Amino acid sequence: MAPFVPDLISDQLNLVVALLLGIGFGAVLEQAGFSSSRKLAGVFYGYDFTVLRVFFTAAATAMAGVLLLGSAGLLDLDVIFVNPTWLVPAIVGGAIMGLGFLLGGYCPGTSVCAAAIGKVDAMFFVGGGLLGIFGFAEVYPKIEKFNDSTFLGPLMVYKSLHMSAGLFAFLLIAIAVGAFAATTWIERKVDPTGAPSLLFPAASHRWAAAGLLALGIGLLFVPDYKGRLLAKVSKPAFEAAHPVEVMSVDELAFRIVDREPRLRIVDVRDAKAFAASTLPGAVNAPVRDLFGKEWRDVLSPRHVKKVIVGADEAQERTACLLLRELGYENLAVLEGGFPGFERTIFQPVLLASNTPGRWDGDVKRFRESARTEILRMVQEAKASGQKKPKKEKKIQGGC
Amino acid sequence: MKTKYMDPYLAGFLLGMVLLATIFVTGRGLGASGALKSVVVAAVDGVAPAHAQASTFYEHYVAPGQESPLKSWLVFEIAGVLIGAFLSGLVSDRLKLVTEAGPRVSTRTRWIFAAAGGALFGIGAQFARGCTSGAALSGMAVLSTAGFVTVLAIFGTGYLLAWFVRGLWLGQKTKG
Repeated sequence: MAPFVPDLISDQLNLVVALLLGIGFGAVLEQAGFSSSRKLAGVFYGYDFTVLRVFFTAAATAMAGVLLLGSAGLLDLDVIFVNPTWLVPAIVGGAIMGLGFLLGGYCPGTSVCAAAIGKVDAMFFVGGGLLGIFGFAEVYPKIEKFNDSTFLGPLMVYKSLHMSAGLFAFLLIAIAVGAFAATTWIERKVDPTGAPSLLFPAASHRWAAAGLLALGIGLLFVPDYKGRLLAKVSKPAFEAAHPVEVMSVDELAFRIVDREPRLRIVDVRDAKAFAASTLPGAVNAPVRDLFGKEWRDVLSPRHVKKVIVGADEAQERTACLLLRELGYENLAVLEGGFPGFERTIFQPVLLASNTPGRWDGDVKRFRESARTEILRMVQEAKASGQKKPKKEKKIQGGC
Repeated sequence: MKTKYMDPYLAGFLLGMVLLATIFVTGRGLGASGALKSVVVAAVDGVAPAHAQASTFYEHYVAPGQESPLKSWLVFEIAGVLIGAFLSGLVSDRLKLVTEAGPRVSTRTRWIFAAAGGALFGIGAQFARGCTSGAALSGMAVLSTAGFVTVLAIFGTGYLLAWFVRGLWLGQKTKG
């Protein structure tokens, strides 16, 4: 699953990737005419809406691609960098940049582009940009508090607006297509002679707009990958068709006491329940976390039996089937969930077997010794501290 | 001769694909102002290392033993932008040392306003944690609230104030 940084692409190689992507970025910006300040400024005066067209087409294309790749399970949307929101600084910074755009006729990316082909004004813009950052850095202690105010974290815009990602994407595309049509009309009014350079005839633009709208409608119905997979494995019909191995409480207790090396207990309850009480040597991986790459080392060895312990058997089954979908093998669920283990082993009242018989005494003796031993092991594990795989870090990005 | 630029929708689509490829391969978006920041940090650290290490702004980037701030993703990306734009200008015959200004603006005035605009962008991009590329465009692509807030603030302010500085960009050439 993408992204390929940092697993497949090292930090060093990533810099080469940066250079190559930058070449593509620069070439496209230049070809689009973003190396011309008059063209860029035109968006504010209605004589040239190139900026709006390129900018929104690019945003819509990339956004649709991200959603589609995420839904297909090819791109892990939980790992990619989402710029965090500092609400008021973002508005103030945006406003300052808006004025900068108006006066300077460039933004930083386009100014670098324009400077590369010899625009002297762009070189002044870049120089001014460096001075601006230097000035900001010098007065930083005085504005640090404001700069760090109204921090809201990596907020998703569709969550801010209380709608689904698909609906938001559709609305954005619809607004963009509407804006494309409206601005073409405005351009003709403002400057009837200077029709913008359009490579394709109007008909193909109409087709492209229709295609984009169709894509937007499609995005309305694209489910998110993790939610879809979870929903799939939670369905009763799916569970019925895919039986899982069930391990009895006594067997697990025996294997724990036996300190079997080829055993891995995966506690899929939430962190709070896990902290309250668990089994010796168990790792805590709440169901939704199982998608994370950090569990690969723990769950991959095929010769190790992974016993899933949950709040009840239904939760265990969901986790087990999900792990199977994710490609893991040699899995089992604990009979009766964690409460079942507690009842049978930890609570002395119920030590006896439910079906009295010839082995009743043996069972009782076994469970009694298992109880003392396992409780001791739990204490030991607590004292030595739980090992937890490092949670996969979100990728750092931004300017 | 009128310079032919690419069809804006095709250019937008290609730009979107470059951005998508960036997110797919590296998990992060494109940017520009961050590279300028690295240049400033490196310059200050080079000229006055004591000052750089004492400042709360620079200290994130120039801790002793840390690699040069110039060895960053965005610096390499912007180096690529320079190369890509230059090659594009070469192919399309647009390489020329020239100052582009509105019809009624002198070269010197244009330089002053370009530098002022750059300075404002440099400052604004610090507050917004990125510029039109890093915060707005890349932020929109991953549906971040910050991206949309920033893009609305940039263009909203631009439209709000455009009328007051129309002399910079509109009008007829004055001298015959």
